[in-house]
Amino acid sequence: MPEQRRIIFKHIDEPGYTNDIACYLRNGGYEVLKKAVQRKPEELIDEVKKSGLRGRGGAGFPCGVKWGLVDRKSGKPIYLIVNADESEPGTFKDRYIIHQDPHQLIEGIMISCFANNVKQAYIYIRGEFPIGARILEKAIQEARDNNFVGQNILGTGYSCDIFVHRGAGAYICGEETGLIESLEGKRANPRIKPPYFPAVLGLYQCPTIVNNVETLCHVKHIAEVGGEAYSKIGTPGNTGTRIYCVSGHVKRPGYYEFECGKVTMGQLLNEVCGGPRDGRTFKAVIPGGSSAKILKFGERYKGKRKIGADMVDYDWGVEDVPMDFDCLAMIGTMGGSGGVIVMDDSVNMVEALANINAFYSHESCGQCTPCREGSLWMKKITTRMVHGDAREADAALLKGVADQIPGRTICAFGEACSWPTQSFIAKFGDEFKNYHLTKKQEKAPGALELV
Amino acid sequence: MNLKPETFARIDEVITHYPVKRSATLPLLHLIQEDVGFISDEAIEWIAAKLELQPINVYEVVTFYPMFRRKPIGRRHVKVCRTLSCALNGGYKVCDRFKEEFKTELGQVSPDGEVTVEFVECLASCGTGPVVMIDDDLHENVTEQKVTELSAKIRAEAKK
Ligand SMILES: Cc1cc2nc3c(=O)[nH]c(=O)nc-3n(C[C@H](O)[C@H](O)[C@H](O)COP(=O)(O)O)c2cc1C
Ligand code: SF4
Ligand code: FES
Repeated sequence: MPEQRRIIFKHIDEPGYTNDIACYLRNGGYEVLKKAVQRKPEELIDEVKKSGLRGRGGAGFPCGVKWGLVDRKSGKPIYLIVNADESEPGTFKDRYIIHQDPHQLIEGIMISCFANNVKQAYIYIRGEFPIGARILEKAIQEARDNNFVGQNILGTGYSCDIFVHRGAGAYICGEETGLIESLEGKRANPRIKPPYFPAVLGLYQCPTIVNNVETLCHVKHIAEVGGEAYSKIGTPGNTGTRIYCVSGHVKRPGYYEFECGKVTMGQLLNEVCGGPRDGRTFKAVIPGGSSAKILKFGERYKGKRKIGADMVDYDWGVEDVPMDFDCLAMIGTMGGSGGVIVMDDSVNMVEALANINAFYSHESCGQCTPCREGSLWMKKITTRMVHGDAREADAALLKGVADQIPGRTICAFGEACSWPTQSFIAKFGDEFKNYHLTKKQEKAPGALELV
Repeated sequence: MNLKPETFARIDEVITHYPVKRSATLPLLHLIQEDVGFISDEAIEWIAAKLELQPINVYEVVTFYPMFRRKPIGRRHVKVCRTLSCALNGGYKVCDRFKEEFKTELGQVSPDGEVTVEFVECLASCGTGPVVMIDDDLHENVTEQKVTELSAKIRAEAKK
């Protein structure tokens, strides 16, 4: 079995480890911050650049590059917002950090704030985590009491505070500009980029950094070992570790941390997660949260990829794909937020897509016509299908609707809501075309009870 | 507004977290909903005045975010995740069982006033699905058997 390498999740589920500051300090907590505030902020930004760290919130954008884009000349305050919205279906890593190791996050936030001369940070946490919000508030107060947060931190003259801000059940608050609108007390309608790149015109029209919870925990680790050493973990271009959240039809669902790209889909699902349920076989997997394009077991992907200076042929089945950002992108999907959703042969793909479409149509913010109407239309079609009125032409109709959304919307939700439909139809088109013939048959055990 | 003194105190404190008062809209709505149970017209107008906004600015927020409600719910709030990973492991059955236990329909207050059962989207605990949130507490790997136990517990706690 491939070895996990737990860096961010080192203490998660460790017996006796608690989320209070005494326990964190006993385990060497805040030592990295103490050293970091003695360094030059630019050096810390450089370490993050050297580390190659890519954002863990979904897009995989290099963190150092993002920090480099921040407008530092405007004279306006710079804000840091921690994206703790964690609402992409299939993703559940940030909640464990928040609940079990909140001080790791706070230390990562404070190092990032110091590096970027941020005086005020907000943790935007989804409304459905009321206990998580309380844990964070208590942890921040403990950190204030110990002078790791607040005025004149560790006697350096540097001051910075953190406040927790709760969302209220809307997925679009995870999108960074929607999040900013929400934090300003408005509907979470995403902003048009350009001009509203957060790095220039973010919160209160000031330069703003938005980073995911896990990303900021990695920053703490980078500050500890140095960017150079961190960049040796994982694979080139996909450095560090990654937490894979596995859910659905495997024997041992859960969260597993590996060096990025050092585990294949097959190793993860068969060896680490115990394989399919007894008497079942894997049918499909969504590798990076429910908006990532679905993969079909039995399919093959061929092409050339760069390893070092060489171009090397690859010919992979789903099980052979290394789980990193680039390899998953090469086969037409994405690593996204790390949520791996597994479906076995009991699942009917029309019903699974109907479930996904219900989610995205519910969550569209409604600003752009293609997204608002398209996501609803796709949901109406798949709902009608599972309610027993499927037609042969539905597959083509669904594809037609989905194809008209991406690239025509304000934010990437347009892509997120069309990719499931596009990929389900591309890979399981026959099931959709034939659904009207089979609908009266008894459903397989474990099928989704959608009707 | 008729609120508990500690709610007023927390409202005044939370406003200081932001350089622009309007940012306190969501926190104030949460605090008032936690105190009173729902968001009334009076609450909307009160928040608007408090944050120097127009009532419509608050109203449009209330109607955008699913967690804010305009009318009271049952004594306990049962939220069942309906999203894919939970559904793959029986989330819909779990929801049906709760409805049967309390003889109620989605979004309604049950006839005994005990619960409001709702479907919600992914609660970020997909690996231990199906999951159910009862008020603030998350229950994982919920089976039909567990629904029976949880329902009995809700009824027992109501009698106290
Ligand atoms: C529709 C949509 C939903 C998103 N939801 C989340 C989320 O729940 N959590 C998150 O960290 N990022 C989410 N993102 C990505 C953020 O917009 C942003 O890229 C991320 O927070 C940046 O942090 P990182 O660079 O550390 O990954 C979402 C993006 C989109 C388009
Ligand atoms: S793409 Fe959808 S979610 Fe994004 S701004 Fe447009 S309507 Fe809103
Ligand atoms: S799908 Fe139910 S918690 Fe994520």
